Amino acid sequence: MLNVDTIKNGLVIDHICAGYGPKIFQWLGLDKAKFSSALIMNVSSKKSGRKDIIKIDNIINIDYSVLGFIDTNITVNIIKDEKIINKIKMQLPDKVENVVKCKNPRCITTTEHYVPQVFRLVDKNEALYRCEYCDSLYKAGKIIELMERVHNE
Amino acid sequence: MLTGRHLIEPNDLSVNEINEICSLAEQIIVDPLSFQDVCRGKILAALFFEPSTRTRLSFEAAMLRLGGSVEGFADSSSSSTTKGETLADTIRVISSYADIIAMRNPKEGAALLASQYSYCPVINAGDGGHFHPTQTLTDLLTIRQLSGGFENHVVGMCGDLKFGRTVHSLVQALSRYPNNKFIFISPQELQMPDYIVKNVLEPAKISYRVVERLEDAISELDILYMTRVQKERFFNEQDYIRLKDSYILNNEKMKMAKKNMIVLHPLPRVNEIAPEVDNDPRAAYFRQVKYGMYVRMALIAKLTGSL
Repeated sequence: MLNVDTIKNGLVIDHICAGYGPKIFQWLGLDKAKFSSALIMNVSSKKSGRKDIIKIDNIINIDYSVLGFIDTNITVNIIKDEKIINKIKMQLPDKVENVVKCKNPRCITTTEHYVPQVFRLVDKNEALYRCEYCDSLYKAGKIIELMERVHNE
Repeated sequence: MLTGRHLIEPNDLSVNEINEICSLAEQIIVDPLSFQDVCRGKILAALFFEPSTRTRLSFEAAMLRLGGSVEGFADSSSSSTTKGETLADTIRVISSYADIIAMRNPKEGAALLASQYSYCPVINAGDGGHFHPTQTLTDLLTIRQLSGGFENHVVGMCGDLKFGRTVHSLVQALSRYPNNKFIFISPQELQMPDYIVKNVLEPAKISYRVVERLEDAISELDILYMTRVQKERFFNEQDYIRLKDSYILNNEKMKMAKKNMIVLHPLPRVNEIAPEVDNDPRAAYFRQVKYGMYVRMALIAKLTGSL
């Protein structure tokens, strides 16, 4: 297996569905960050066959709801002094805002671009989200075309 | 309390609020002159971003009969959106002039968006194929007036049940009342969507049946709700030819129906109801149009706090 240096203080986003890593990496703005980070793809996994991993050499604030929306299998390990001090398991958020865009061409959000793209969880078992405006249904985890995130930091 | 509220989708109204609106509409029907001044000095903005002569004129007639005034436009070419103005800004401006807005827009969710920026109540007069709550109120008032209430009916929905938003809303509305049963009459391609069955009928344990031909169900019905079946909705011409006559109501089929069945249609009708049926006392679709105006009068009066 490919070796990437261990991190002293930072985050490891593990169990990312294989292929989703680059999108999450980009969405977190790690490609433009001043600290080191690593995207490791197609790592063999007992659980899922293949997975992606992101290692971040900094403890940054992450919107866990977004990761939960993408894939509830994702775990985030918080590393301090090279030890895992917390392991966070993702859950489906009740609401996501400006993470994905509604694809229904008849939805008002396709022409009124200032409108926030809000999706609410309507079926936890099926992981179904409903567009607040046009009621189109989307299955969480199946949408990986994430919106471009505005970075204020 | 309905004053100041928006009406975006039929479920925005509780069963009690629907009763309240229908009761007021019934008072207006009995004595319209007593209500001719209740909205005097108030303005309805009829914002029709796509043409719908029938619905627009129904709203306008409703406001005029309440003594109010009307402003607005009949298609988007005469609105500022052609200059690139956002819908939010258009609504902020117009709601500064008007006391209530009735808006039709081809985009789904447009009415909800408008309600988020409006300073006055917004009534959704149709947002694409999404919601048209005053059509549902129209259907409900017609049923209450002509069939004696919202309960204990066998309701046949005939035609395009897949894309017809009016039938989806009416099924949802009638599912809130006890002991209604549904028979869905449509070609296989145009059957009632799964989400209506799964999210509305099954949780409420409402009995329903699916049939392909109107002749197989018409004798059981208390209410027959007709919709238009368009040729282009069929996957192949053979099925269209085989089934097209099953979705046309004529006197021959009316002979099989109960004496007190009522026939509803959201209109416009094309050829799914033969003109010969119009003279049958059970044909209620033109009376339905008038109930639509009365229910809009009641709604406007309630939302503007005029009564």
